[in-house]
Amino acid sequence: MASKKGLIRSSIARKLAMALSALFLLFFLLQHLVINFTSVLSEDVFNSWSHFMGTNPIVQVALQPVLLFGILFHFIMGFILELQNNRARSVKYAMNKGGENSSWVSRNMLWSGLFILAFMGVHFADFWIPELVHKYVEVNPEDPTRYYHELQEIFHNPVKVGLYCLAFVFLALHLRHGFQSSLQSVGARNPKFTPGIKKLGLIYSIMVPVGFIFIALFHYLNSL
Amino acid sequence: MNLTLKIWRQKNAKDKGKMVEYPISGIDGDMSFLEMLDVLNEELIEKGDEPVAFDHDCREGICGMCSLYINGEAHGPDRLVTTCQLHMRKFKDGETIYIEPFRANAFPVVKDLVVDRSSFDRIQHAGGYISVNTSGNTQDANSIPIEKEKADAAFNAAACIGCGACVATCKNSSAMLFVSAKVSQYALLPQGEVEAKDRVLNMVHQMDLEGFGNCTNTGACEVECPKGISLENIARMNREYIKASMSK
Ligand code: HEM
Ligand code: SF4
Ligand code: FES
Repeated sequence: MASKKGLIRSSIARKLAMALSALFLLFFLLQHLVINFTSVLSEDVFNSWSHFMGTNPIVQVALQPVLLFGILFHFIMGFILELQNNRARSVKYAMNKGGENSSWVSRNMLWSGLFILAFMGVHFADFWIPELVHKYVEVNPEDPTRYYHELQEIFHNPVKVGLYCLAFVFLALHLRHGFQSSLQSVGARNPKFTPGIKKLGLIYSIMVPVGFIFIALFHYLNSL
Repeated sequence: MNLTLKIWRQKNAKDKGKMVEYPISGIDGDMSFLEMLDVLNEELIEKGDEPVAFDHDCREGICGMCSLYINGEAHGPDRLVTTCQLHMRKFKDGETIYIEPFRANAFPVVKDLVVDRSSFDRIQHAGGYISVNTSGNTQDANSIPIEKEKADAAFNAAACIGCGACVATCKNSSAMLFVSAKVSQYALLPQGEVEAKDRVLNMVHQMDLEGFGNCTNTGACEVECPKGISLENIARMNREYIKASMSK
């Protein structure tokens, strides 16, 4: 009957994989915010952290590929699930009131996710691709003080800053449902913990995007 | 009151089907929704038209036979009631009411508003039971002490009547609430613990074979479920499943 492949093949396995990739991204985002935030406090601290992240072999060889895989896995799996779920109901309702029983964000994870994905494309083009070119194509000598100036340059452009802020609004929406959803998927729900998890999710989904937006606006206003 | 009904009509499983409009008048607020449909069907029969086929049995909210997607919600706008216990006073005079079958590919339409929910039966057959020797020396269930909290949670899960509103309402047509209620009902009790691992693996396996979608935790099922089955059951099933698939 049920095969031993349950942890790989079943619908619950897909949920679990989705949730674990999301939890990983939640953790990544938090550390990203902490490092970015140092740019508000001190140019030197930001440069030294960025230098560490950009040159440390463990970060570069081990963590960076894991992150890349995590992001790819998350949205490809998101697409697959969405496709399968759509296919499970061929004839749609003539009248359906989703708003009566579930939140808009929970029903539109794909759309908030797609916006984040589009933003990540821009984000990679701004920071990551130049970083790779700088390091591996042009093979420049490492300058541990360059990071802060690169950041200032990007956040000087009002269109970029606007897009950046908008993307984080979508991230907030994505996480408003995503945070507690990922914990529900790994089985963390009971009367004792759930109210706390929901509160923590609300705090995370608002504070983390607000933090990123604050940093962007801070550098933009300073550049005027 | 006078109402306009927009009802899904479909001759048989192969027919394409369409929404058909029926005006109806003289409906009393104290009538149940199904009694209102009975009135419509009497009129249709008198006119020599085919009556609207819909599922029902007990008409007191316990059998799980009635279904219907009413004005965009499974079992209609009221909470914690089945369609048979929904009253017409929940609607306004002059209102247009959409009446559709529960939709999911795993619940194919048989005729009009009647859908085939035997996919649920096959999931039950895959493990929704305990094996007990009934040859005369069966132990009295009450002789095994059970924590009150657990007994209550098992009882609440056992309240599921297998109506399928959770599937009908879910944007992913996921059957997780139903299956998790059946899994929890047994997993919480010592009598069910013995076969708990096989049960959850087999029932989830069957659920996947039937073509239900993947749960994304929107929580719509819990809101529309006439028996108030909680999402906690889904979290419990996920835990049970992870545990079982690591050790089986
Ligand atoms: C750093 C960026 C992102 C973070 C932190 C994040 C976080 C999350 C979280 C926590 C969940 C809930 C997981 C669950 O329900 O078990 C989720 C679900 C989802 N995400 Fe993302 N996400 C990100 C980017 C994206 C992107 C780029 C897409 C691209 C389309 C996407 C698409 C989805 C979809 C469709 C779901 C719902 C699937 C499901 O619940 O099973 N996400 N995300
Ligand atoms: S969980 Fe609720 S909605 Fe789903 S089948 Fe059981 S009683 Fe019906
Ligand atoms: S007819 Fe039995 S529950 Fe509605």
